[in-house]
This record gives sequence, C-alpha cells and structure tokens, in this order.
Amino acid sequence: MKPPAFEYLAATSLAQAVAALANDEAKIIAGGQSLVPMLNFRLLAPSLLVDITRIPGLDAIEEDGGGGLRIGALTRHHTLETSAMVQARFPVLSAAMKHVAHLAVRNRGTIGGSLCHADPAAELPGLALLLNAQLKTTQRTVAAADFFEGALSTALAGDEILTEIQLPALPPRTGWGFEEFARRSGDFALTAVGATVSLSDGEVAEARIVVIGADDTPLRASAAEVLLTDRSGIAAAAIAAQGQVSPNGDLHGSADYRRHLVGVLTRRALTAAWRRASGTGGEAP
Amino acid sequence: MRYLEAGKRHRVRFALNGRAVEGEAEPRLLLSDFLRQHLGAFGTHVGCEHGSCGACTVRLDGKAVRSCLLYAVQIDGKAVATVEGLAKPDGLNPLQAALRKHHGLQCGFCTPGILMSLSQLRDEEPNADEARIRDVLSGHICRCTGYHGIVQAALDVFGKD
Repeated sequence: MKPPAFEYLAATSLAQAVAALANDEAKIIAGGQSLVPMLNFRLLAPSLLVDITRIPGLDAIEEDGGGGLRIGALTRHHTLETSAMVQARFPVLSAAMKHVAHLAVRNRGTIGGSLCHADPAAELPGLALLLNAQLKTTQRTVAAADFFEGALSTALAGDEILTEIQLPALPPRTGWGFEEFARRSGDFALTAVGATVSLSDGEVAEARIVVIGADDTPLRASAAEVLLTDRSGIAAAAIAAQGQVSPNGDLHGSADYRRHLVGVLTRRALTAAWRRASGTGGEAP
Repeated sequence: MRYLEAGKRHRVRFALNGRAVEGEAEPRLLLSDFLRQHLGAFGTHVGCEHGSCGACTVRLDGKAVRSCLLYAVQIDGKAVATVEGLAKPDGLNPLQAALRKHHGLQCGFCTPGILMSLSQLRDEEPNADEARIRDVLSGHICRCTGYHGIVQAALDVFGKD
C-alpha cells in the first residue's frame, strides 16, 4: 500500500506543466483522489508526477455573460457543491456533488481530475454530458459529447491539459432530476441518471437524459428523450432508456439488475425534472 | 517550479497545528507516514491507505482531507491541523468532550479522523442537523460503536450557537 518511486514536479504555470508532459511516462496530479489510490495499489507506475495545483487562476467560477458559467478545472468538488452561483444556475450540479464520495474526498478532488479520469461510474462526466459542457484545454475546446471515449479514456492528447469547463445557460422553464443508487453512502454509483426537462407552453420542448455507470462512458438516452417531446410519456421513456444501455455485471450487481435500475432511476429523475419545470407537484406525463 | 528527484529526500516545511515544522521526505512518502514516522505525530491513524476508511483524516488549510491520499512534498508551505491540535491547555475541545460523555468511542482508532471531519463541519455549518452529521460521518468507518454514540455526541455540540 505504498506507491512506487516517482519524480515530482510542482508546476507554477501551464507552460511548465505541458513541457513536462513531453515525458510520456509523466502523469498529472491534481486532487489525486483517484490517482493516489491507484498508485498506492501499484496499478500505475508513472516516472514523473506533474502537480498542477500550484498553477494560479485555474479554480475560479465565473459568469459567462449569457447566463452560463465558466468553471476552472482545479475547482474542488466541495466548492462546486457549496457555490451559490452553481446552486442558482445549475442546481443539478450541486445536488449531484453530494453523491461524490465523502466530505474529505470532495474537499480535495478536482472537477477537472474527475472529468479526465473518466470513471464510467463517476458523476461529473455524466453531468458534463447532461449540461452540454464545452471542455477547454491547453489546445482546443471539445464538446463533452466528443470527450469521453471509453472507460478511463478521453480525447485528451498526452500533453494536453483540461483548464476550464464551460456550461451554457439552460433554457427557461427547465427542471432537473438526479437519482443515484449505491449500496452505501459515498460509494461509486451502481447506476445514476440525470435529466433535464424544458417546457414551452406546457409541453416538453426538450428533454435530456444521461445514464451513468451502465456503460463504458456516460450515455445520452436519446431514444428516451424523443419520447418526452412526442408525448409518449415518462414510463415509455424509462423503458427506452433501459433498451439503450449495455451494463456490465460484477459482484456489486448483475447486468440485469443495473438495467432494472436504469428504468427506475430514469422514471424518478424525469418525474422530478418535470415537476420542477412545471412548478407543480401534479401528475407527471 | 519545484522539481524533486525520485528516491531522494527533500526538505518540506509547513505549519503543523500552528507551529512551523520541517522534515525530509521522498516524493512518494505519504503525508500520513510523514506525520507519524518523521514528525512523531502519532495522533493521526493509518487504516486502509486508499482513502476509504477515514482514520487518517487531517485538515489541510482548514479542509478535512485524507492524509493517505497526499504526498508530504505536496504540503510544503501549507497549514496542517491534526487531532493533537484540538484540545487546549484548559481542557478538551467540545467535540472531544462530547464524544467522551456519550461513549462515542471504544478502541479509538477512528476517532481522530472523525474529529477532524466534524471540526470542519462545525466551523462551516455550526447548525448542521442529524442528516448532515450522518452524511459527514459516512466517510468514516467505526467498527466498535455502531455510530450511535458518535451521532449523539455531535448532536450535543451542533445547533447550540
């Protein structure tokens, strides 16, 4: 349970960090809440750790002028959870952060780290997809939909660093739901579902549904989304979402059980989203 | 920019419970081991060494963190608080006193970590309710008490301001 030996570089600028990543056995450390356990278990043995937490200016949460937010990649989960700006504009994000591990891990873990680690059961990659995030790096800006390529695998190049998460404003009259099932508080999700429902003249104008933990990457349940806009209803959407995922079974839960959870959680998340959007406690469609 | 060679020890200076301390650490040395083996601060306990059990929780610049998920070289120039810093010369910290009163510990292995998380919660949310207290305690594994006494102790301290 002790990590292998490595060189350590505390970068104070992005240019220094990028230059250090020319070493292809180098690994970035930010909060280290996924990386350090992997090193302690000796699942990884990078020759160099490049610490980016002393680079200034990467942990701000700012308004983008159009109702959205720009969030620095070094922002900690706990900051996101407790930020008044995030609670006002993207309450689904604050609510979902409460499911991420525990206080001490949320204090230290960064949102950029979670996105780049790309654990299929982690909340933030799914939320980035749900909220249509644009991910700004040292080289370009990538849509969240193009960022996650597989389990623990992203579109980032070896010497590319994620610097900012840009969240565009949600449409007016948008409600949200986030439902997660884990065996114990703070465990990785067996499955989680995030949803937003936007209403216009009382009808569903847009619905977004993201399923977490039931596939190699977070998944937009697009087949289920259209069933909301064509008024087929939430029950039909939940069944469609189940049909879209290919979960793996493991000792925590079988594939069938996870598929079952996708249906239940989709129904609950959509119901909550519809109620928040309509401002009523009434019967969801 | 600070570059540290692998396998060699490097100077680390930081504030431990308000007092300036220094020691030498290889890059791979965990903060938990640095505190115990190099600085003789045995109050911080080491359990799982992968961030699950909560026994090694300390506060870094005020925030509760797992000291087994930090390298000693990362805390250079920062402030670390451990359980040793909680009690004052005139007696126990209120959280410590409440744990004693409510039998919130038996073997005491998990207690230092629990105190560090609850002390952050008390600073940030002095009126936290039972659900919030239980949520924070869920990051700590206690195999003796069944948590009841710990929750009762916290309820005795929170919400009194």
